Amino acid sequence: MALKIVKGSIDRMFDKNLQDLVRGIRNHKEDEAKYISTCIDEIKQELKQDNIAVKANAVCKLTYLQMLGYDVSWAAFNIVEVMSSSKFTYKRIGYLAASQCFHEGTDVIMLTTNQIRKDLSSPHQYDTGVALTGLSCFVTPDLARDLANDIMTLMSHTKPYIRKKAVLIMYKVFLKYPESLRPAFPRLKEKLEDPDPGVQSAAVNVICELARRNPKNYLSLAPLFFKLMTSSTNNWVLIKIIKLFGALTPLEPRLGKKLIEPLTNLIHSTSAMSLLYECVNTVIAVLISLSSGMPNHSASIQLCVQKLRILIEDSDQNLKYLGLLAMSKILKTHPKSVQSHKDLILQCLDDKDESIRLRALDLLYGMVSKKNLMEIVKKLMLHVDKAEGTTYRDELLTKIIDICSQSNYQYITNFEWYISILVELTRLEGTRHGHLIASQMLDVAIRVKAIRGFAVAQMATLLDNAHLLTGNTQRNGICEVLYAAAWICGEFSEHLEDPMQTLEAMLRPKVATLPGHIQAVYVQNAAKLFATVLRKHEGETDSHAAQETSQLLIDRLPLFVQSANLEVQERASCILQLVKYIQKLQQKKVEVAEEVTALFAGELNPVAPKAQKKVPVPEGLDLDAWINKPPSESESEDEKPKAVFAKEEPKHSRSRHTEVDEKELARRREARKREQANNPFYIKASPSSQKVYDAPGVEHIPVVQIDLSVPLKVPGMPMSDQYLKLEEERRQKEKAERKKEKKKKREKRGKERKADSGPESEEDIAPAHQVDIVTEEMPENALPSDDDDKDPNDPHKALDIDLDKPLADSEKLPVRTHRPEVLKSPAEDRVNESIPQETKKRSGKEKKEKKKGKEKDRKRSKEEKKKKKHKEVEEELLESHPEEAVQSEETKEAATPPTSTSAEEETAPSSAAAVDTSSAAAPESEPDEPKDAEPEDTKSSKHKKKKQKKEKEEKEKKKKKRHHHHHHHSNAGGEDSVQNGTVEEEEPLPPMSNYFLLAENSYIKMMKEDADQVYDIQGNHQDESKVVVSVIFENKSDSFLKSMEFNVLDSLNSKLQRPEGAGAHDSLTVPFQLPPGISNEAHFVFSVQSIVMPQKLKGTLTFIVKSDESSTHEKLDFKLHFTCTSYLITTPCYL
Amino acid sequence: MMHFLLLFSRQGKLRLQKWFLPLPERERKKIVKDMTTMVLSRKPRTCNFLHWKDLKIVYKRYASLYFCCALENKDNELLALEILHRYVELLDKYFGNVCELDIIFNFEKAYFILDEFLMGGEIQETSKQSIAKSVEASDMLQETMEEYMSKPAF
Repeated sequence: MALKIVKGSIDRMFDKNLQDLVRGIRNHKEDEAKYISTCIDEIKQELKQDNIAVKANAVCKLTYLQMLGYDVSWAAFNIVEVMSSSKFTYKRIGYLAASQCFHEGTDVIMLTTNQIRKDLSSPHQYDTGVALTGLSCFVTPDLARDLANDIMTLMSHTKPYIRKKAVLIMYKVFLKYPESLRPAFPRLKEKLEDPDPGVQSAAVNVICELARRNPKNYLSLAPLFFKLMTSSTNNWVLIKIIKLFGALTPLEPRLGKKLIEPLTNLIHSTSAMSLLYECVNTVIAVLISLSSGMPNHSASIQLCVQKLRILIEDSDQNLKYLGLLAMSKILKTHPKSVQSHKDLILQCLDDKDESIRLRALDLLYGMVSKKNLMEIVKKLMLHVDKAEGTTYRDELLTKIIDICSQSNYQYITNFEWYISILVELTRLEGTRHGHLIASQMLDVAIRVKAIRGFAVAQMATLLDNAHLLTGNTQRNGICEVLYAAAWICGEFSEHLEDPMQTLEAMLRPKVATLPGHIQAVYVQNAAKLFATVLRKHEGETDSHAAQETSQLLIDRLPLFVQSANLEVQERASCILQLVKYIQKLQQKKVEVAEEVTALFAGELNPVAPKAQKKVPVPEGLDLDAWINKPPSESESEDEKPKAVFAKEEPKHSRSRHTEVDEKELARRREARKREQANNPFYIKASPSSQKVYDAPGVEHIPVVQIDLSVPLKVPGMPMSDQYLKLEEERRQKEKAERKKEKKKKREKRGKERKADSGPESEEDIAPAHQVDIVTEEMPENALPSDDDDKDPNDPHKALDIDLDKPLADSEKLPVRTHRPEVLKSPAEDRVNESIPQETKKRSGKEKKEKKKGKEKDRKRSKEEKKKKKHKEVEEELLESHPEEAVQSEETKEAATPPTSTSAEEETAPSSAAAVDTSSAAAPESEPDEPKDAEPEDTKSSKHKKKKQKKEKEEKEKKKKKRHHHHHHHSNAGGEDSVQNGTVEEEEPLPPMSNYFLLAENSYIKMMKEDADQVYDIQGNHQDESKVVVSVIFENKSDSFLKSMEFNVLDSLNSKLQRPEGAGAHDSLTVPFQLPPGISNEAHFVFSVQSIVMPQKLKGTLTFIVKSDESSTHEKLDFKLHFTCTSYLITTPCYL
Repeated sequence: MMHFLLLFSRQGKLRLQKWFLPLPERERKKIVKDMTTMVLSRKPRTCNFLHWKDLKIVYKRYASLYFCCALENKDNELLALEILHRYVELLDKYFGNVCELDIIFNFEKAYFILDEFLMGGEIQETSKQSIAKSVEASDMLQETMEEYMSKPAF
């Protein structure tokens, strides 16, 4: 033995510890991998030893290597070994390693269950703590299920250190094992009021996380949180609570109103930026949810915007960023308050931090109006020019297009301007978004009919100058624009001034270098242009022009027929043959224009993006089934139908051409000129008409400003600016005009636009054109709205659980216990299926019981009235609420001596009985037979109102009495568990649905609550267990029922608890009387010896039916059924 | 809820990683790679927030170390910065003027401190005193039980 220790310590001398390893790695920078592989070999050796200290050391080193990225999953079992060490030093290392290395796929996790359970119940708090921490990182559904109950128990540990950890880990357990949420929730709720602030904050954290996912289930906690919010001074906790309210308010606007004040106070007072930010965010959320309800919230909005402005102006980039972020939330509902800070936001566009610029761009999107759109876009265009780095510029480009096209071009008053902007954007170097610009061009040209003439002219210019776009640099993206240009020119060729020229431009040899899909469009649209030209020249005596066109096509098309692209080839050869045929006809002087035009006749309308989805699938059509054998992949390319008109063009990245941009071109031209100028043999040309280059000696030439109504056909010349001026002028003119004739204007505006719904202040801005935005087509009966489904894989979806429902038996957490007496213990008796959480405590502490019961009763009565469940939430919060008043009245009533109520009771039934004595007399003859209660029911509905009131009184009274009669027992036989129905049909009582019909005759109905067996968790489980049975007695007759006595024939196992001194067969007096139509509840306690035997108890209820004339003695038999399974219950063990 | 917390050096070497959600090894490595490249490429004096997939990344540089954590969409970024700062304070208190080497050579201690501060991605304890107390207490427990391992055997 001694030798072994000596040997061990000698071995140790050569072991590396963690520090040695780290040092070694740092010393072997060049051959790190090799060094580590030798280390891993050493570690493997160390792990083989019996000495746990050596193993722990090895595992510690492995944890470090794991962080460096080495695979250590092979050592998982050794980690478990170290975890199981009894020494804290090693256990700690083991759990650390496990939390770093284990994940759901690690199979040895299964082996850890018992070890973890042992550690959880360790007497040393740090053992438990270390186990909880580790578990929080690698908890699996299995572990969660097996350990849920142990952890739940720890939530009530004596040490706050353990409690807070247990509370936090419960969230992980809920995620992995959602069934645990309901059983554990009451205790979690308790922890909100834990004396230890750490535990309290942990509970707030967990509930906040839960509630953010499924807020509606946590509405009932709002009053409690409100209290916490107003009392807590811990900012960390406050932030969480405020965040939680942010999640709740959208569901309960009244809560929002209540919140505004404390939140604004906090905003004013706090110095912590994080808290301020959270408050502002929540106020925004509240105001959004209230957007219609509250008239005077503009002050709060103003406050938020002000505070955000301070944040944005701050030199701290973080605050600036967050300020912009929060601002964008306000923007959605209160655009005006944000718009006044436009200057600030535009300023942020110049920030050197890209993320801030992007946030500012987001804001701009919502800030545009008809008035400022042009101005803002102009600013953005400037930024586009300045921007360095293509990503940010592309972002700008997409933002410009987003801003302009938003809500169906709502803010664009002048589409000519927009087209020019789009054309200007085509000058962007190296953008990826050519297709985006193209689709905008197409969309605008198609949908805004008035603009087609202008658009066509611009597109023709683009086509003419295509060489600028397709120059020699890598500008593959932008040539997509030509796709749109060609299509627009072809489709709307009637607007072309000189179709011949455009046709010529489209058939230039250089076109063949464009991507295939663009060439295809060129060819197709050349044919359209051809048709237009023919038509134009038809009827002219000189058919020369038409024939020339045909010849042009015949000359140029063969180039495309040779194209490698099938689409191009096919279209070209088809059209070539067609043109050849037409040429023949032309030579015979046959009029063909009509027929050729007919090829392309028909209007094209835009199709809504969701239209395809909405087309119903015909019956019997299986879209997933193969019609033939699956084709090879290459075939699918051809199947794309009509890519020509689709908005999203297929992107062909392959581009064989390069492009020159403006500057480059100018630079070259200048260089050439300089060269030419120096060349004495070169005859100098006069400066070209388009641009004046500052070559020496040309300044003196007078340049005449040509006033063209059509914009100069020079792409690259910024034209959009001129619209800005024009627009201003126009607006001023309009203003003047409007003063003269206001009325006329109105009428005109009515026609203007369908989609016009801008803010009021902008109403007076009339668009420059009569714009008709063609709406998108949809299949019949289809609505554009789409039902968006939530992600079905969201783990939080499983936690959407109603927490207010009473807990069912089946929901209990599985308990594994080593104490046999608990198993035997009759404490776990259950009569039926479920136990409500409230009643659980009832038999324990009388005080609590009373409170809870009251709450329950109140709920019920409220629900009778309101039938709206979540209203309750607020009632506790809003003291002034009428319901609350009712409640306090009730309690007052309950406090008054019962004599007054009983007097009332007696008058009420007597009058009721007088109305219908005959029906009361009839059932008397057959009292034992349960009879259809229809007449009584219809009757009782007449008295519904009165009845409800009575009922409430009754309950209050009963409640009061209940604690005198706590040891009264009644018995109920749930042999046939028929769901009771009659009463609920009229007024659904959700809590009542737990009651099963026990027995019924024409006078009385007994219902047993199926979830009402409760034994005392804390007190009685050593000796014998109690089962509480709640029975509702409902008077169905028109007579007064009194002297009800409840008796059960005891069995060996189950006994009805009777007051002391009473005989074993004495019956118990039911502690109340029943006026007609009234129901009330009584509780009876049973003691049960063994839970392994099911029980059927026979019982009798005797009572006196008292009507005006007579009183009769009646009885009702019933059977009470306790099944074995219903005894099962969780026993939390207290350590 | 915080998804993970990473500490890495200016050279992109990982110094500490804490995953509050169990992720497979491969995914972790990918995230670490993404984070280091993203954060290290940020220019100085830019804001400390980034968007990455559907998470918010909050990072802050302390001396040669970057502290980087991932938050869910609705979490408070400023609070996360405060959490990072609090952690640095705790390390500082424990090691006394903490530097990167302290964390490299005592990386398990850094984890133990973190475990007392955060758990499951939530703040566990907001009081610096009680964190320091419990770290110390468990260290004491460890020291008394420590066998010859941690001390030189010769």
